[in-house]
Amino acid sequence: MPRQSRLISRLDALYEFDREPVPQNKLQGFGNFLGLYASEHVAGTEFVIGPLFVAHGVSATGLFLGLIVGNVLAVLSWAFYCAPIAVKTRLTLYWQLRKICGPYINFIYSIVNAVMFCFLAGAMIAVSATAVGLPLKMPMPSLQDFYPTSVSWVLVVFLVGAIITTLAIYGFEKISQFAKVCAPWMFLVFVACGVAALPKLGCHSFGNFWEVANEKIWTGIPMAGQSKFTFWHVMFFAWFCNMAMHIGLADLSILRYAKKWTYGFASAAGMFLGHFIAWIASGILCAAAIGEVAPGPIAYLGAGVAGVVCVVIAGWTTANPTLYRAGLALQVVTPDWKRWKMTLIAGTISTLAACFPALVMKLLEFVAIYGLVLMPMGVVIFVDLMILPKLGLQSNYAEVFKKPVNISAGLAWLITLSVCLFLNLKLGIEVFFLGPIGIVLTFLLYLLGSLILQKRQV
Amino acid sequence: MKIFVMLLSLLGLLLTVVPAFLHFFSQISWNTHAQLMFAGMILWFVFAPIWYFKKI
Repeated sequence: MPRQSRLISRLDALYEFDREPVPQNKLQGFGNFLGLYASEHVAGTEFVIGPLFVAHGVSATGLFLGLIVGNVLAVLSWAFYCAPIAVKTRLTLYWQLRKICGPYINFIYSIVNAVMFCFLAGAMIAVSATAVGLPLKMPMPSLQDFYPTSVSWVLVVFLVGAIITTLAIYGFEKISQFAKVCAPWMFLVFVACGVAALPKLGCHSFGNFWEVANEKIWTGIPMAGQSKFTFWHVMFFAWFCNMAMHIGLADLSILRYAKKWTYGFASAAGMFLGHFIAWIASGILCAAAIGEVAPGPIAYLGAGVAGVVCVVIAGWTTANPTLYRAGLALQVVTPDWKRWKMTLIAGTISTLAACFPALVMKLLEFVAIYGLVLMPMGVVIFVDLMILPKLGLQSNYAEVFKKPVNISAGLAWLITLSVCLFLNLKLGIEVFFLGPIGIVLTFLLYLLGSLILQKRQV
Repeated sequence: MKIFVMLLSLLGLLLTVVPAFLHFFSQISWNTHAQLMFAGMILWFVFAPIWYFKKI
């Protein structure tokens, strides 16, 4: 067997159990999706995102309206865009991309995905470290800190990273189950933290909440050195912070088990518990802590020891599946290596990244970039499955025409990201607003590319 | 037995969230709220896994 074919067959073997459409008897009910989305979106990141909105000086009206509109748009993206494709194909993103783009683009996509997962897990390790370091009197990183702030910070990050990585290697399944037990408790800790911190801001009844919210929490004035956020920032962030999952179609892996496409609406549980209530609660905590943004100290302020434990568990249970996914994605480079070795490498990269507080302090920007980088491949799949057949063109180009590379998909991805980079660096358009431009651009580029490519094939 | 265990874990959740509202309405001090939350956490993590893992 030639080397190239060997590599491809070894890569495919990694996803042996994902290559077939989900059979009818394996489909899941609506309740499972509600629970899954609710637990996945009440995570360690929620302790950071709420305070960062406060730091960026968004107004109370801007925050509440932005979150409502953005979260509704995110739910609609899951329901009307991601779920219909998931129930149509019932394949994972990996296999759908494989059919459309061929193994080489799939390979590159997996590497990019792995790097993004490592950074995300790194952010979670750093979140947990702020709680572990609290009883050790460790100096906490602040908003302006990009580089490691102290030896104790690095040591605590390495300790937390080592424990989380070891547990991910030895007990991924068990921790995933444990995370499900934690989910309802963690959500209530968020609520309790927010409510208990309100008296520190002078709010003792729901009647004066809005007044306190405007004057002391979401004041509309950014902290020193932070850019000003408006309704539009919040709306686009709430919509696109999970862009890799809905527009980018990573959630095909989950929603392919749905009986009906309408199960995409179950994402509302995650959006409105995690990305609404939890973000508001952590924002209140930040204001009560007079601008402190490190998750450990602000959670202690709201709930004492239970809050600190919640931060450790939230960081840990989010980092666990992220490290696992990163290890799985990295395995495409060395399919012969055992999964534990790849998880160890992913954990090491994540821990090194976690030493840099910038990963937490610039989490909003990182999450937006993460979605933007992976989104084009989702748009490619949408155009391929939903638009091309209506134009008389063939779906699944690489599979049908037996091509190793779908050049139109590769170029659509590359050009979209290059244009977005240019718009960001040269024209100063903030990363939060690049999503719609990227979606339209990928749509048009892949459509045009497929027209040219398939006409030439015929 | 299962119902008893479930009730204890539910009590854990109630102790997690209710004291925060009592503190908000100035009925209990912050320290009492934090201690009750701690007790709620212990109750939840001791009793919830017993019936939760069976469900999973």
